Amino acid sequence: MEAVPRRARVYVACVVLGALPCVLPVLPALPLTAAPGTGTPWAAVLPLAALYAGCEQLARRRFAGTGYPVLLAAAFLLPPSAAALVALPGALLARAGRHSDPLRRAWRASQLALAVWAAARAHTALGGHDTVAACRFPAALGCAGAAAVAFSLVLTALDGGIRATCAHVPLRRAWRGLFARTLAPVAVHGLAGLMMAVLWRSPYGPVAALLVLLPMGASWWAYAQYDRERAAHRATIRALVQAVDLKDGYTRGHSERVGRASMMIARELGMDDERVEVLRFAGILHDIGKLGVPTRLLRKDGPLTPEERRVIELHPEYGHEMVRGISFLGEARAAILHHHERLDGSGYPYGLSGDRIPECARVVAVADAFDAMTSSRSYRRPRPVPEALRELRRCAGAQFAPRMVTALVRALARHGWHPAVTADDDRTPAPAAPPEAHTPARSPEDGGARGTGGAAGAGGAAEEDGAAVPPEAAEGAAARPGTSGAAVPPESGAAARPGGSARR
Amino acid sequence: MKRPLAIVLVRGAALLVGLVSLAVTAHSGPAERGAALAFGVLVLVGELTRWSGTPGAAGPEVREPAPLGAAGALSYALLGEDAGRASHHGAFQAGAVVLAASLLGSVPHIARGRGDTLDHLARRVLTVFFAAVCFQPLYATGVLGRWGGPAYALVLLALLVLTALCGAVLAAVPVHCRTRWPFGPLLREELRGLLGIGSAVCATGAVMALGVAVAGLWALPVFALPLLLAQLSFRRYAAVRDVYRQTIASLARATEVAGYTPAGHARRVAVLSRAVGREMGLSEPELTVLEYAALMHDIGQLSLVDPVPAGATADLPAAEQRRIALLGGAVVRQTGVDREVAVVVERQADPCPEQPLPARIVRAVNAYDEKARDAGPGGPLKALEELRLAGADDYAPEVLAALARVLARDGLTLPVAG
Repeated sequence: MEAVPRRARVYVACVVLGALPCVLPVLPALPLTAAPGTGTPWAAVLPLAALYAGCEQLARRRFAGTGYPVLLAAAFLLPPSAAALVALPGALLARAGRHSDPLRRAWRASQLALAVWAAARAHTALGGHDTVAACRFPAALGCAGAAAVAFSLVLTALDGGIRATCAHVPLRRAWRGLFARTLAPVAVHGLAGLMMAVLWRSPYGPVAALLVLLPMGASWWAYAQYDRERAAHRATIRALVQAVDLKDGYTRGHSERVGRASMMIARELGMDDERVEVLRFAGILHDIGKLGVPTRLLRKDGPLTPEERRVIELHPEYGHEMVRGISFLGEARAAILHHHERLDGSGYPYGLSGDRIPECARVVAVADAFDAMTSSRSYRRPRPVPEALRELRRCAGAQFAPRMVTALVRALARHGWHPAVTADDDRTPAPAAPPEAHTPARSPEDGGARGTGGAAGAGGAAEEDGAAVPPEAAEGAAARPGTSGAAVPPESGAAARPGGSARR
Repeated sequence: MKRPLAIVLVRGAALLVGLVSLAVTAHSGPAERGAALAFGVLVLVGELTRWSGTPGAAGPEVREPAPLGAAGALSYALLGEDAGRASHHGAFQAGAVVLAASLLGSVPHIARGRGDTLDHLARRVLTVFFAAVCFQPLYATGVLGRWGGPAYALVLLALLVLTALCGAVLAAVPVHCRTRWPFGPLLREELRGLLGIGSAVCATGAVMALGVAVAGLWALPVFALPLLLAQLSFRRYAAVRDVYRQTIASLARATEVAGYTPAGHARRVAVLSRAVGREMGLSEPELTVLEYAALMHDIGQLSLVDPVPAGATADLPAAEQRRIALLGGAVVRQTGVDREVAVVVERQADPCPEQPLPARIVRAVNAYDEKARDAGPGGPLKALEELRLAGADDYAPEVLAALARVLARDGLTLPVAG
């Protein structure tokens, strides 16, 4: 644990001191000295403690609360101090992730001991032990519910404290939402704990109680698999997108940023969360079809022949063809197909106009143009955000949907634009290798070039492909004589393609 | 289509058991109507919330489509007491209640035209009846009561494990009959499925029976909740697996839209590779690796400047094939897919004796698809013959034999592109 603030250490010490009185009353009553029937019920404490420690070890601390059903069962079965004792071995032995220092273990143990003690206390005060022993059912549920509330109250109160002392967050903010987030899982664990307690007390004994943990374990297992699979899926999509960015000569993260801008516009338009997420994917994957376009064309030096232009303009259709089997993308697939349509009907692939262009495609078109203007490509500097917005506004109506442009302007005014790509962990930090002319940067020979993005292609791609795969705004600007075409390389944009507006 | 004998037997047995159970129960009148109704409702709810995805597509761990229904039905079969009072419903009533509730719950599924509903129902009725027949007479003799509580719980658990084994056999039989996939691996996959949600179902079945014995019918909703959660987790897992599979398939399609390979090639190779792998007894995780590798086996071609004519890599010189395979492996490594997939893609062009089995399968199936697709009506046979003649250094004989068996079963047609 690196650099724990002094006040956090003091706080943990206080919690440990607070937890001691909860546990201490048990200890003098060792099994040998205590008369049978009075004293601490060691016959229940020891197996429960072992069970809890086992649960924690099995889960390897990947999910907090794996052993909570055992703890809550202890709270429903045992007197408060004995129940608190159950939490100690498991919490002290558990490997707390990368940090397994004594301070963290002590903190975790005393926090849990306090919480279990409080739960058992609440449960006893309501007469819960009798309801469990006699299986008086609605009453047992009520007592267990109260205990679960006490448990999560103590947990969150202490958690908020440690956040406030460690991270210097104001207490109020550290606590906000914490309780609500904790209560639901703890309630479920409480139910499982109640089942364990009831069966433990029943003639069928602890063996039956153990069975309760199996469905819970299966849930955790499935959840862990889900987590793993989702991470792999994300990595795959990210790799896809990086391949496109690289192939296209964009700076790294163009696609991710278009996804972010699409999401901002969608939020501003008041779309529901699910649609916002779909639009994020639409933005991220909008150029996926470029995987199917020969790199040679995307990065070609000099002007393109009409034939080559046609090939490149196939990329929305390629992209649509690729992703049409991915059901969760929903309308994002339409956005990928139509993100180069223009409001006046002069875009491609179908030349749709006005409202016939799907809404999500209009959003992605604006986001794409915005990022194309504000990010740097290998051959030019980025434009400042206000200038890009001016440009977008100017082209609204002819090329972009005015509603989307306004939404973007408002969203940027509210949240600002932070182009750094946070989701982007670079796993291949490698020196810039010279790209081989005949293979895209994915080949093993020059795989190292991946990490450096646009820089790798800087030499060859100097003044070509702003013209080749034009950002919409650049086209818009080039279409009007006399406007500043900063997004288009000066040599090639206007000069090489005098008919920039008639592109189809 | 003529139904295989085994399916007819299973369904006939289920029908017989169901009819006899209903008749006996109707004749003697149902005992403990409250409990019967409560368990019936639980099974009904479980069946209504039945998993409507394709079973098995998401891995064997998600195989039980209606965990809640199964657990409820099993616990009713193993119910001996209700809040301390001995219950008197016999095996026949258990069968009748479960049959009625499952039938009611299946109505929406049948209306939606799901083909496997009958098999599912047959399996449910037979397993429940088996469990009840084992347990109820034993309980009625009072032997269990004399053994004491913990032993009682253990007996329940043992019975449930037995029942689950029977269920696995019953599940594997119709699939085997319908698809002619080898029975051994199918049964093994079903048994692996028992470790996933199957264990949760068994445990919940036992726990519910014991819980009702202790606490009365209150225990039902309380004890069903953890299983419901497990069901949700498993579904989410299955859903994300589906999405992942679709994403990989899309990535594979990149070579097709780029014109490097003919449309549907990757998909066909994947389907056929999976079938061959299953024929050779690969396990479900190995099949997944094989499928992903087959989907992406041509991805290295994206790195080529000039497309291979018609994407036919099988006719290229070996060194060039190996180079493309290495390029492909590099791409796959970037995508965060299981490392084994990248290894298979990389080594698909190595000399056959050095290859891992999945790579051999991908290589042979790829070559077969390339040779067979343009050859017209006699193509498949001719292609297979060509591969055989190419020698054991290129294509493994045992893979070709499995491929021939798969093709003979499917009537020597190419699997349709998905």
